[in-house]
Formats: sequence, structure tokens, C-alpha cells
Amino acid sequence: MINPSQQLNSKIFDTDVEQVPIRKGFGEGLLKAAEMNRNVVGLCADLVDSTMMTGFKQKFSDRFIEMGIAEQNLAGVASGMAAMGKIPFMTSYAMFSPGRNWEQIRTTIAYNNVPVKIAGSHAGVSVGPDGGTHQAIEDIALMRVIPRMVVISPCDAIEARKATIAAAQTQEPTYIRLAREKTPIITTEDTPFEIGKAEVMFKSQGSSFNVGIIATGALLHRALKVAQKLEAEGKAVIVLNLATIKPLDVDAIVQLANQTGAIVTVEEHQIAGGMGSAVAECLASHKPVPIEFIGVIDQFGQSGTPDELIEHYGMGEKDIYAAACKVMLRK
Amino acid sequence: MALTSEKVTQLESKARDIRRSIVEMLIEAKSGHTAGPLDMADIFAYLYFHALKHDPKNPSWEYRDRLILSNGHICPVLYATMAHAGYFPVEELMTLRKFGSRLQGHPHREWLPMLETSSGPLGCGISQTVGMTLADRLDNGRSSTKQFYCLVGDGELDEGNNWEAIMLAGKEKIQNLTVIVDRNNIQIDGFTEDVMPLNPLVDKWRSFNWHVQEINGHDFRDIDRAIGEAQAVFDKPSVIIAYTIPSKGIPAFERKFEWHGKPPTTPEEIKTALDAVRTLGGRVSNSDHS
Repeated sequence: MINPSQQLNSKIFDTDVEQVPIRKGFGEGLLKAAEMNRNVVGLCADLVDSTMMTGFKQKFSDRFIEMGIAEQNLAGVASGMAAMGKIPFMTSYAMFSPGRNWEQIRTTIAYNNVPVKIAGSHAGVSVGPDGGTHQAIEDIALMRVIPRMVVISPCDAIEARKATIAAAQTQEPTYIRLAREKTPIITTEDTPFEIGKAEVMFKSQGSSFNVGIIATGALLHRALKVAQKLEAEGKAVIVLNLATIKPLDVDAIVQLANQTGAIVTVEEHQIAGGMGSAVAECLASHKPVPIEFIGVIDQFGQSGTPDELIEHYGMGEKDIYAAACKVMLRK
Repeated sequence: MALTSEKVTQLESKARDIRRSIVEMLIEAKSGHTAGPLDMADIFAYLYFHALKHDPKNPSWEYRDRLILSNGHICPVLYATMAHAGYFPVEELMTLRKFGSRLQGHPHREWLPMLETSSGPLGCGISQTVGMTLADRLDNGRSSTKQFYCLVGDGELDEGNNWEAIMLAGKEKIQNLTVIVDRNNIQIDGFTEDVMPLNPLVDKWRSFNWHVQEINGHDFRDIDRAIGEAQAVFDKPSVIIAYTIPSKGIPAFERKFEWHGKPPTTPEEIKTALDAVRTLGGRVSNSDHS
């Protein structure tokens, strides 16, 4: 059952559940963060509306810098502003930032250890019709491999808003992964959020569990629906929302492995190097248990609707369900 | 006001000290770059001992001018100049590139916090400097008294990232930004105009709405006049293209691109280099500057 202490959206499993783009929550969070701290500045590479910076730009025009289509410069300029005491939020599509400007992010932001916040929108295959060129499914790997970089992948617009406000209050270089399409609202204002902390969103009753599912981003909604189905079939399930991929909440992941003995990871990203890899690295050292990985298997994306693509690349509910059944047999 | 003869003499002496330290630290390190650090010694001497508002005893002084080295591989000249200016002991220069040293092979701001940034991967310095000026403008307006200097190599201008930053600085009309290009005409694979022609370099910068000057990078009065003009220009960033002689100070190495990325290592090379920087190529006696 849904963990009541998480205070999740009561309509979460309804067919008419409210749907909002995750990136919209970022825009709201940026506006709030800017109201709270005059050092928050915004830089954008010619995608103000798409990355939801319009509200910030209108209200804080003096603190907004239009960079043009120049993502490498975006990173360097943000680094320079941070060195002078600002908290820069730099936005583009994830494919271009951190896709194109990875080395500038590594050297001028992370190596320098300055508090630049990188918002990569339109991540995942759910960008849809734009096709494979625009579907960033390598960005988690690119960012989590950089020392110091904090990597956050919110599950819905509300969590994205909280993550953005929280990120503005830290001194760490931070990547926030955003998505374009409308996705179900999973959390509420009262749902806890803390950078670096995984949350148990679903937990069957009892003290013995058959499988644990770790999800990040909007696919958490599908993972929760699969958990509900498994529970109806008599399986005991725990679902963890891993909003922060780095630093990893090792305690929560090890505890889940201890409780369930079998794990499925779910992410809209390449399996290689993504959240599942981070979980596997952790459990290989602390508590080796069977793991099944849901994600893109060493392929590029293509045009289609978000749902078509998520199904095609093996990240649909039936795939998560099959992975859960398979991993339980591997115990 | 033009530089006095006494000031020029003092700067020449500082540049001599810096060149000697560069050669000694490279010989000790057994790796590193020779040509660029030597050819920029005069400009570094001018900046640290005349132009910059800075306090070596209080490196984080908020109102200091900022000097950003974009081509981090010439850091021996940065380290040597900072040591002679009093930022840290001159003896520490001999730790260059060694395990545990604050003087990393390419500069890292965390190891040596008195640096303004880390650099080495080319083409990122102007971006960061532009970012610093924009942040400063937010805090202090267009009348800020701070000057921002960014030093770049000429070969480095092959990197596209530079031109993104150059375009933005022109758009933002950043007047307290001065970029100095070390126009030594060499890069690792050869002469710049053979590897990837930069000329007409003046026209390139001018077309991006920058104020452009060309100087002799070894003439203190020329450097001084250009810096003065750069700071007098309103509503435009400035670039000073400083023509320099690679490996300046060691005649046997001068103008040879082979010395871009290696130190003197053989006994003959070491003797040639040390003799040259200790006697200015035989023009002064060893005893004067031992």
C-alpha cells in the first residue's frame, strides 16, 4: 500500500490524475528561490520558455542573462558568476547541457567547486516526436561520474519545485534532471523532500517482502502501479523514490536489499551508467542481491509519442512487472 | 602618465627574476612548458608589479582586480610571478608538478586558493571572466572600479568556446574586461598560421565589437600605454594582441615551436637555459644576478 506518511496525491491511481510537466515545477522553484535569495541568477541558452524560465526572466530581468545558443559559454559564464558569490541556475535541454558542455562543467564548475545549478530539461525518450537527437538518455551517467556533482531527478513537478529551492540553498554543483511532457502528480506539498534522502513511497504490510523497486523520475508512477498490481496478487513490495542519485542514500538502499532480497531499478536512461548502475555499485559492496534493470539498453531513441517510446524501449508497466517477477525467481 | 625610467628598470629586474625562476622550476620539475611562460614574463611583471590592484597578503580582498589565466599550461610564469610578488615563498616554486605540491601541473584553485580559477583545458577563461564581470556589474553597476584581465594563448583561439564568450562580451558591452592574447605564433604542432590560421586576427575581434590594440609584448611602455587605453574605452571590451617571442630570454630556444611543451632536460640544454636567464644571453655578467 501507499506509505501514508508520505502524504502522496490521493488521486495517484485515478485515470484523471492531474498531470503537469516536471520542468514547470523547476520554473516555479526558481522563481521562489530568486525571491528568497538575491544572489540567485539565471542563464539560458535560447530556451527561456521551454526551460520554464519565463517567470524568472520577467520578475528578475536584471538577474537574467540570455546566452544565445552557446552551451559551452553557458557553463563557463555561470562558473565565473558563482566565483563572485552568485548562485547561477543555467538551463538548456539536457542533450546540450550537460550533453555538449560536459568538459566545461567538469573543469570550470566541479573542479573549481562552485555552486552552479545545471537544469537539464527534456531528458529521456519522453521528449517524443523530436527524435533521438534530442532525447538525453546519457545525462545521469555523465553527471554522476563527476566528483562533487549532486544529481537530482525529481518524480513530478512538485518535487522538482522543492528540489530547485533546496538546491539554491547549497554550495554544491548540482544537476537537476527535468522532463518535457506532462506526467502524473505523485506527491503533495506535505510529502517530505531532502537532497540525498530516498523515500519509501509504497510498502506492503507485514515484515517479510518479496521484491523492492527503486525508481527515479516520472517512471516512479509506473513503478507504483506495478507495486499495486503485485500486492493485489499477494506479493509484498516496497517502492523507493530515489530522487537524489548522487550522493546515494546508501542506508536506504541497503535496508531495502536486506528487507526484500531482490531489487528492480527503474529509470528513463541508459542502463549503462545510470541510477541502476549506482544502485548496483552500492549493493555489490554492501549487500549483493539479484537486480533487474529497467532502462534503455544501449540504443538511441527515435520519434514517437512518449508512451509509445517508453513501451518500445522496455520501460512500460508490463516490463517493470516482468522484471519484478524475474528477479523474485533469482533469489 | 607614462612609466618612469625607474619603473621600467624595476619591471625589467622583476621580469629577469621571473624568467630565472621559470627556468629553474622547469628544470627541477623535468616536465612542463617553456616557450609561453618565458614570453609572457614581461606582461606578468607589468601586471603584478604595476597594474593590478591586489594584496598578496590578503588574496581574497573583495575589491581586488581579477587576473584569470586561461591557458593554464603557462602556469610557471603565474606561479613565479606570484611568488616574487609575495603570495608564497619563492622556494616553493621548486615543488612544481610534484606530488602533494600546491603548484599543480595546471593551476587548481583548491590547491592554491589565491588563484581566481583552475585552468588547463583551453578556451574556458574568457567565459569565466565574462561571468565574473556580469556578477560584478550586478553588485556594483557599470561604474565598478574593478578591472578584469584574462590572459589567453593565440593557439588557444582555435577553441570555439572562446568565440561564444567573445560574442557575449561584445553584446554586453563589458568595459572593465581586458583580454591579452599571447601572440607568439606557435602551438604544439607548429606555427599557428600553419596549424590553423588565425589571421586576420585583429579583424576577427573587431567584428565581434571589441576594442583592439596591437603591442610589442616585451616593451613595458607599450604594454602600459595599451592597458591605459583599454581602461579608457567606454562600452566595449578590450583585447590587446601582444606580439611576443616564444622562449624570450633564451636566444637558442627563441621562436622554436619545439619548446612549446617541454623543459630543458639534457645537460647541454640546462646549461644553455640557465646561462641565458642568469646573464640575459651574455649581455650582463653572471655575478650581477647570481
